[in-house]
Amino acid sequence: MIQTTSPEIGGMGHAVKRKEDARFIQGKGNYVDDVHLPGMVFGHVVRSPYGHARLKSIHIDEAMKVPGALAVITGADLAAAGLAWMPTLFHDKQMVLATGKVLFQAQEVAFCVATEQYAAADMAELVEVEYDELPVLVDPHKALDPDAPILREDREEKSNHIFHWEVGDKQGTQQAIQGSPVTARVDAVFQRCHPAPLETCGCVADFNPVTSKLTIWLTSQAPHAHRTLFSIVGGIPEQNIRVISPDIGGGFGNKVPIYPGYVCAVVASLKLGRPVKWIETRSENLQSTGFARDYHMTAEIAADRDGTVKALRVKTLADHGAFNAAAQPSKFPAGLFSICTGSYDFPKAFCEVDGVYTNKAPGGIAYRCSFRVTEAAYLIERAMDVLAHQLKMDPAELRLKNFIPSDKFPYQCPLGWTYDSGNYAAAMNLALKMAGYQDLRKEQAEKRKKGELMGIGISSFTEIVGAGPGHTFDIAGIKMFDSCEIRIHPTGKAIARLGTKSQGQGHETTFPQIIAQELGIPQQDIVLEEGDTDTAPYGLGTYASRSTPVAGAATAMAARKIRDKARKIAAHLLEVSEEDLDWEPGKFFVKGAPSKAKTIQEIAFAAYTNLPEGMEAGLEAVHYYDPPNLTFPFGTYICVVDIDKGTGEVKVRRFIAVDDCGNIINPMIVEGQIHGGLTEGLAIAFMQLISYDESGNVQGGNFMDYLLPTAVETPHWETGKTCTPSPHHPIGAKGVGESPNVGSPAAFVNAVVDALSHLGVTHIDMPIAPWKVWQILREKGIT
Amino acid sequence: MAEKHHIRVRLNGVDKEADVEPRLLLVHFIRDVAGQTGTHLGCDTTNCGACTVLLDGRPIKSCTFFAVQADGREIMTVEGLIHDGKLHPIQEGFRQEHGLQCGFCTPGMMMSALALLEKNPEPTEEEIRWGISGNLCRCTGYQNIVKAVQYAAAKMHEGVLV
Repeated sequence: MIQTTSPEIGGMGHAVKRKEDARFIQGKGNYVDDVHLPGMVFGHVVRSPYGHARLKSIHIDEAMKVPGALAVITGADLAAAGLAWMPTLFHDKQMVLATGKVLFQAQEVAFCVATEQYAAADMAELVEVEYDELPVLVDPHKALDPDAPILREDREEKSNHIFHWEVGDKQGTQQAIQGSPVTARVDAVFQRCHPAPLETCGCVADFNPVTSKLTIWLTSQAPHAHRTLFSIVGGIPEQNIRVISPDIGGGFGNKVPIYPGYVCAVVASLKLGRPVKWIETRSENLQSTGFARDYHMTAEIAADRDGTVKALRVKTLADHGAFNAAAQPSKFPAGLFSICTGSYDFPKAFCEVDGVYTNKAPGGIAYRCSFRVTEAAYLIERAMDVLAHQLKMDPAELRLKNFIPSDKFPYQCPLGWTYDSGNYAAAMNLALKMAGYQDLRKEQAEKRKKGELMGIGISSFTEIVGAGPGHTFDIAGIKMFDSCEIRIHPTGKAIARLGTKSQGQGHETTFPQIIAQELGIPQQDIVLEEGDTDTAPYGLGTYASRSTPVAGAATAMAARKIRDKARKIAAHLLEVSEEDLDWEPGKFFVKGAPSKAKTIQEIAFAAYTNLPEGMEAGLEAVHYYDPPNLTFPFGTYICVVDIDKGTGEVKVRRFIAVDDCGNIINPMIVEGQIHGGLTEGLAIAFMQLISYDESGNVQGGNFMDYLLPTAVETPHWETGKTCTPSPHHPIGAKGVGESPNVGSPAAFVNAVVDALSHLGVTHIDMPIAPWKVWQILREKGIT
Repeated sequence: MAEKHHIRVRLNGVDKEADVEPRLLLVHFIRDVAGQTGTHLGCDTTNCGACTVLLDGRPIKSCTFFAVQADGREIMTVEGLIHDGKLHPIQEGFRQEHGLQCGFCTPGMMMSALALLEKNPEPTEEEIRWGISGNLCRCTGYQNIVKAVQYAAAKMHEGVLV
């Protein structure tokens, strides 16, 4: 149990108002596009209009006539410097600027630099590129056909196949399925979509020829890792690179990779000796930077007639686009997809994934999720509903029957993960109660009699977050630890710096609360900084819900190191032995004599003024935390929908979300994260889609075609919580930012399918646009 | 490059004059010429509303409005909300109700909300949701933004803002 601190201290559990808000509500945030440097010039990318074409020639003469034109950089220029290609985050490489051919629409072909932003865009219009069109491959199912065009001529292997990966007991699972009285199967596509944070990607690269120092203001969720990669790839000594990730206007995984535009801006700054700003347009963001999902999945469950599950088999085709730029640091090609047995006690399981290249934008980033856990959670929660439907069992009852029992934790799942803690039935029972589930089912039955369409969808997901551990997760070999450095000033105030980077999660507020909890220093006396690689300790960044599980742990551990030293100083000041002291947040006191005490502020002052003999001055600590395991947040979501028979429109009437993320640092912020994640889940279930036509043209390349929910489509979220702390985390926290986005898509889809289940509908692929439902209703003769 | 035009815009109560290209977007005038970077650019196509400002008191999306069209007119941006060093109730509401996370949509969202409250001082939840439906937020799920607007409505109703 976490000891409750006073509101003045504001440790864990207090709904402290956010410190960062003061600047944001006054328009004084400092996003990358707000950076303005003397002599700064502007870059604009020339992009391919074709999905697959050979590059014949590039003519820059007309572009260079634009007033203010400074340079056009092409792939050939980069090739001369050995920079035409760069490594991706997953054992592949990608073109920075095209050489030879282009492999997806909107691929980077040239980079124009001018003194004014509009002039750089004018230049891009005037760069003449000649192409020879090549056959386009957009359907991943055709990627391995003998007549499919081979996309990657640069690879030794002349095939569009990237990887095959399998895990689990293949034979045992097959036998279980063959001998099973009941098997349920679902074929589900988790569509290609894009995180689309409201701020696009961009940078200001500033190479100072006098000092040889390169400073890059970057929309980066991982500034330290990016500094190292810039150093390794660009051959620039790492001490001469400073990456500053200022305020970030939303990330959701979009700002984990290094994009060609960043590299071009750096090259242009090195060439010109001036600061170069490059900011994406929205279309560039949606068409070329890290997409998510594009998993084409099949799940088969073997079960007894009473609904007890026996085995799960999953087969998936993963469309990675033109380059395998999956931003995932695990040792597994499909990341954490093997969490696909979810919350259920499957004796046997087998999972296999094949990755292929197509003429689409590269990526495979973890969009508000931990490296494919969203796909996994969606698949198993869909499959459980299909099984329930087949057995004519209530989906809640089926889940309750098959949950991993709370006394089986830590639980070893058949695909290799060790779940830290869980109490799935408790979360589900609370959600059922909040929803008034039995009454909803009665209402649904009555409505069906009247021909009205109402559905109830359940998702009881398990997440897997908080990468490391370092033995399984790394970026370019750098283990996925994270860090915190705390310095206590003589007056008892403090500064803390972390290796992570908030993009709206409220780190400036929550991490000081952890320190307040551990040291009793009021949270408002603690300043938190992150995102500047020259000042913050090295860390791997913020994504995959890893800040609290990893950097949060580092923060607690660093604070505990300080407390250990503070105890020694307190013993010295009180002239007792350390063993005679007790601690309560904010002070050490003599056992049995609470009036004989030294506050943390008095101790801090003494750390600089009155130390025990032989002790070093100062009161500070740094901790690098490599977690022993991942954390496994979970929850149950219940969605209620009504469907308009005339239009096919789905209205989400209610949505109940019970989350269990272990111990909570700031309940206000946790709730805000859940609201936001659910809304992105709603968007994925009903709206967001990046598709391609047969010629490789992106459909959904701007906000007119790539639909996002407004306040009107977004329902009122009803939230609840249970608390099952992580046993291995120093403060028992698990992380929460992604749970709602991971767990909710299945709840929405299950609700729509449930509304139509009496018509024989067992599955509808996302996004469930009104036209899809309308078409089904017409096919079923419902008007 | 076309001939430049001389314009004078009253921006947050102060006249700002400049010679601008006729194609210069108002959002770039505000951010790059006047140097007030609180107004953001999120989509280029008038969908997201991050660039929302008040033109003569009415909300517009400054990414699809030319600076020359604002000549002789009055613009208010997020920087104009604070009054005598005191936060506007709409700003207070966003902080009190946790109506923001990354903060990128917030300035535009507050300008739309302010325009709504000036027209309709006591909006229902549904009216608030429609009132901010031209502004996208990717972080909050809107629920706390609705509460923030309700907070501001109550505060403004009390006449706290004179």
